Amino acid sequence: MWKTRNLKFFMIITALSALLSACTNVLPGAQGADPFEKLNRKTHEFNKNLDRNFLGPVSSRYSSVLPDPIENSVNNFASNLRLPGKVANNILQLDLYAAVQNTSRFFVNSTVGIAGFFDPSGKLGITVIETDFGETLEGWGVGEGAYIELPLLGPSNLRDSVGRVVDAVLLDPVDYILVQPEANYRTAADLSSLLQTRDALRDQINSLFNESADSYAQARLIYLQNRRFKLEDVSSETYFDPYEDFE
Amino acid sequence: MFLVKLILTRTKTLNKSILKRRDLLIGFATSFLTSSAFAFSADDATLLVGKVVGEINSVISSGKSEQAMIVDFEKIFAKYADVNIIARSALGPPARSASSKQLKKFTTTFRGYMARKYGKQFRTFIGGEINVEKTTDRGKFFEVSALVTSSLYFTPFDVTFRVSDRSGQNLFFDIIIEGISLLSSERVEIGALLDARKGSIDRLTNDLEKLG
Repeated sequence: MWKTRNLKFFMIITALSALLSACTNVLPGAQGADPFEKLNRKTHEFNKNLDRNFLGPVSSRYSSVLPDPIENSVNNFASNLRLPGKVANNILQLDLYAAVQNTSRFFVNSTVGIAGFFDPSGKLGITVIETDFGETLEGWGVGEGAYIELPLLGPSNLRDSVGRVVDAVLLDPVDYILVQPEANYRTAADLSSLLQTRDALRDQINSLFNESADSYAQARLIYLQNRRFKLEDVSSETYFDPYEDFE
Repeated sequence: MFLVKLILTRTKTLNKSILKRRDLLIGFATSFLTSSAFAFSADDATLLVGKVVGEINSVISSGKSEQAMIVDFEKIFAKYADVNIIARSALGPPARSASSKQLKKFTTTFRGYMARKYGKQFRTFIGGEINVEKTTDRGKFFEVSALVTSSLYFTPFDVTFRVSDRSGQNLFFDIIIEGISLLSSERVEIGALLDARKGSIDRLTNDLEKLG
């Protein structure tokens, strides 16, 4: 299935990310190594303006126009098509339990759930087990590397940015199969699902951007601590012990 | 004559310092005795968080106005959280050079700020509940994790309290929601607010009255 060119690209990226993350140390307290702070802060301003002027208003419009059941169906459709990519990562992580659960979910929702628009699996308790190539890399021992705020996509780190590229380019079986116009429907569904998520998180996002004294530093903290929590990555001490100063 | 005077004052100060040291020793002994008699255990930590969670649950199901809830949250925070240590840690290194009066005023203001800021967040828990799940020994403190189920979110989420007795009482000093630490977050926030006021704790304290 994989062309040798793809395999080479894959190996180069993996090696590169391992090398880069070995160069950057993680500071205590989840401040993270932030050698790109200057550039990151510029990207943050860009993202903030984009959210304020475009994503925020459009997503609230989207959610107020469409009835919730339709929004949910579109979101189900988009997230169902993301499952094969997750299964690929489950296999790379040798997590067969998750691979089986995500695969069953995909088959049940694609058939009984009519191309994934409905979620009968969820009602049976077969929920999605989230994963991505960033997590796969973490499992392979790659450190998180420097903090990066990506344009449009928001907070990330070196390892997870590489993960995003690999997930989108190499580890998306659906992308190999879909042809036009279905591929376009999928892109549209992905965008809709993004709008729905943005609207669901509006209180949190607005308070982050408008109420925190330094939204860049706050976003960085939230991303790094939450990501480590999700990956159960306890190798780096994330939290402060406030009593240590007095002992 | 001068020499005698000198020796006299010397012995006086010496006596004073001995007295102080004795007081200190007695203090240490009592605190050691009481702490060993009532050794802080995982059960104590679980019990403490159980109480906190119970009180939060009853506030969010009380149907009171947001303003009244915030007053209740401030009481809970004052009773069960190590507010002194959280406030000091939020200030960071500048806390060391602050006068005790400055620190005291900042701590009280900070308590209200926290209650307003996070009390508002608890609004999203209305109709849900918090249940204590498990307690982990982390060496110097205990970690008590709880699960929040709320009608607003599809999946329950994790809230972990870090509990310690290192300031003499069993109190929590951090709340970690889905991995995100309130203490870390406030260190960033207060640090940025302080920077914006050129490091003036007095100005920060003044402005904090209106924030949160």
